[in-house]
Amino acid sequence: MTQAALEIKDAETTALITGSEAIAVACKLADVDVITAYPIRPYDTVMQYVAKLVANGELDCEYIVAESEHSQFEIVKHASAAGARVFCGSSGVGWMYAFEALTVTPALRIPMVAMVGNRALDDPGAFGVEHNDALAVRDLGWQLVWVDNAQEALDTALIAYRVAEDRRVFLPCAISCDGAFLTHSQALVKIPSSEKVNAFLPRYDRGDLLLHPDNPITVAPQANEDWLMEIRRQTAAAMERSYTVIREVYRDFERIFGRSYGNPFFEEYETEDADIVLVGMGTLSIPVKVAIRQMRKEGKKVGFVRMRWFRPFAAEELAKSLGRFAAVGIIDRDFSLGAPYLSGVLATEVRAAMYPSAKRPPIPGFICGLGGREVTVPDVVKMSDIVYEAADGKAQPLTQWIGLRE
Amino acid sequence: MGRLFAVEIVYRGIFQKTLAKNISRAIVLAAHCEGKPGISFGRYGDSPERNGIPAKSFAIVATDDLTLEEGMAKYEPKEVDISIAVDDTLCKGVESWAWYGLQPINRLTKPGGTLIVTSREQPETLIPMCHRKEYPYQLAIVKGIPSFSGLWVYKDDHTDVRILGAIARLLPELFGLESVQKAIMQEWQDPVKASSAARSYERITSVTVRPEQGNPEEPYKFELPKWWEMGEGIAIPGIAPGHTMQDPESQKSGGYQPARNPTFKKFTTRTMRPVVNFDTCIKCTLCWLQCPDSCFDVTPEGLYDANMEACCGCGVCEAVCPVKDCVTMVNEIAFQDNASQWEMWRKDKPVYQAWLKEKIEHRPERSHGFRYRGQYEEQVPEMMEIAREDGA
Ligand code: SF4
Ligand code: SF4
Repeated sequence: MTQAALEIKDAETTALITGSEAIAVACKLADVDVITAYPIRPYDTVMQYVAKLVANGELDCEYIVAESEHSQFEIVKHASAAGARVFCGSSGVGWMYAFEALTVTPALRIPMVAMVGNRALDDPGAFGVEHNDALAVRDLGWQLVWVDNAQEALDTALIAYRVAEDRRVFLPCAISCDGAFLTHSQALVKIPSSEKVNAFLPRYDRGDLLLHPDNPITVAPQANEDWLMEIRRQTAAAMERSYTVIREVYRDFERIFGRSYGNPFFEEYETEDADIVLVGMGTLSIPVKVAIRQMRKEGKKVGFVRMRWFRPFAAEELAKSLGRFAAVGIIDRDFSLGAPYLSGVLATEVRAAMYPSAKRPPIPGFICGLGGREVTVPDVVKMSDIVYEAADGKAQPLTQWIGLRE
Repeated sequence: MGRLFAVEIVYRGIFQKTLAKNISRAIVLAAHCEGKPGISFGRYGDSPERNGIPAKSFAIVATDDLTLEEGMAKYEPKEVDISIAVDDTLCKGVESWAWYGLQPINRLTKPGGTLIVTSREQPETLIPMCHRKEYPYQLAIVKGIPSFSGLWVYKDDHTDVRILGAIARLLPELFGLESVQKAIMQEWQDPVKASSAARSYERITSVTVRPEQGNPEEPYKFELPKWWEMGEGIAIPGIAPGHTMQDPESQKSGGYQPARNPTFKKFTTRTMRPVVNFDTCIKCTLCWLQCPDSCFDVTPEGLYDANMEACCGCGVCEAVCPVKDCVTMVNEIAFQDNASQWEMWRKDKPVYQAWLKEKIEHRPERSHGFRYRGQYEEQVPEMMEIAREDGA
């Protein structure tokens, strides 16, 4: 990684950078005011790149290395309440150590943007990717988005600021980047000019919620059962509005940067004529796409749906799309032990989303690629075959572990 | 459906937490001796681990299990047969963590129900302190020093069983004296406690409080906003800065009075209040600096007036004042209002000095049970004496 590659000129440039560097570059482009850090792999790659930008005088921000993840997230929470644009992040058990701070952030309507370098939860100590860390906050009011390449990481970070800081939303957003596959591998990334970024991303305006001596307010007083439900309902309403705002922001992104992501909530690959589809999140999309191309040569019409936004969850749209297929296989790079049908989180949620739909294909679930294990092309073929069998009505377990030594 | 009974015990956080629990438990146990099922619980939203803050315990009893469930289906009873105030200064009203604004001590007392107060005062003193009700109710006084102790120690001065004996007399449908004594023997194995209950049973009397008697002040009223009417982000307006004070005699402005939360005053936490001798005050600022609740208003001439709407009666000002007898804590029961002492002093100094002298000299002894070393040990025998005579 050379210095030149990180430099952002006014005109669009191309640089060979990792997903983590792409996020750091987005912080620079967004002119973030306060960044806190605490090392844990793979998130620490972002903090290193941010530190380098600050040290080189390229990024003017308060860069605070906290004494733990809990403080790391608390500091940016307070800075954001005082009107600063903030960035933060962690991985695996580091994210879990920050959990108290993570729970209070949505209710206080803090538009924090965080990067989760997805990592297996200890024990055993392991660096590899699992999605359980980010998914742990799925009930709390965090917006959650998964990306599968460095370009998307950079773009999504800019989009995340715009969505989170929209007054109708004011909710935190975590961008999930798979450890290793995305955080540690370099790819060619288009870096937009700061003019364009400025046109896309207005200043963060906290308005009447600004914590400032000129605006004396008390934030987060104790409240009893007479108030909690109303406060939760407000946060829920913000999450409902986020759905609309995300659509608006992707439209604006396309207008200003000239690049389009199509449907913001999920990407469809080879689905037009597909018999069956697989559904998954993050970088497992790459082996899945390769396998699909291979299977199509053999006449198996398999498609893929990659979920980007997990919160808010585009349930109706997804149900409408998935209702078109004879069967749908869900690949979970996570686990939810004891969950309905022993499935992973994504399978359980997709099934819940499909239930009110008139067209409900069989939905087998797969647990795959845990702890950073490679999701291989043969794994994908195997899963596709099982989904075809489900389409044919063959009875089988609703959850199967794939790529497991057995 | 059978009959449902509800009793509330209003008490002071920390000092009376165990006392309240013992009373509500014993009510249920005594009723159980007569085959009535019941439950006992503390008001969950209260914060009884804070010094002196008003809090509640409830005992719910029914004639059968299904009726009891009707009582248990509610978070707390909407009305009670008996309200018990184990400290007489609670008659001025209560502001707890669980309620909004100052609420009358008799708020839940049902028509014809009874308010039992432990006090050395007469009904004539207590009735004007209690808020008026639209209907008549009974007031019964269990004679004695309000029983205060710590969170970990229990001052066994028989207040608990004397209240039980009184209940057996005032609401015989709930339980009789025999059941009270049976429950006492089961819980405490103490025949002396059982006889204290009996004496209280024999001697307790009550007076009727009529609708035109009592404090005419309207209790604080409000409506809870809808979710979309509330501000977002759990943010509420801060308290505005303060302003100068005006001298009632010279009309001169000066000094500083901080603005305070108009709906959360805290003064019902107080069992003692400071009285200040402005003639001996040397304006050293210590009381003003050390008061944990910023209660002192700075007067135009630089004196410090403890604001009685805000003071929670902690006694720190008395402890830090360097001038002998300049700040003195006096039992709250000796006062009828929260008027400014400084204004009274400014209007007529000799009258104020006479008032101050009277308050201090005749102050009914009051403490949290440990104002000076050994006081706690002194009070138990004194209370036992009262229990034996029981106001006779
Ligand atoms: S007793 Fe004195 S120090 Fe304590 S709250 Fe009242 S005025 Fe302040
Ligand atoms: S501490 Fe005593 S002497 Fe000092 S200002 Fe207060 S009342 Fe006056």
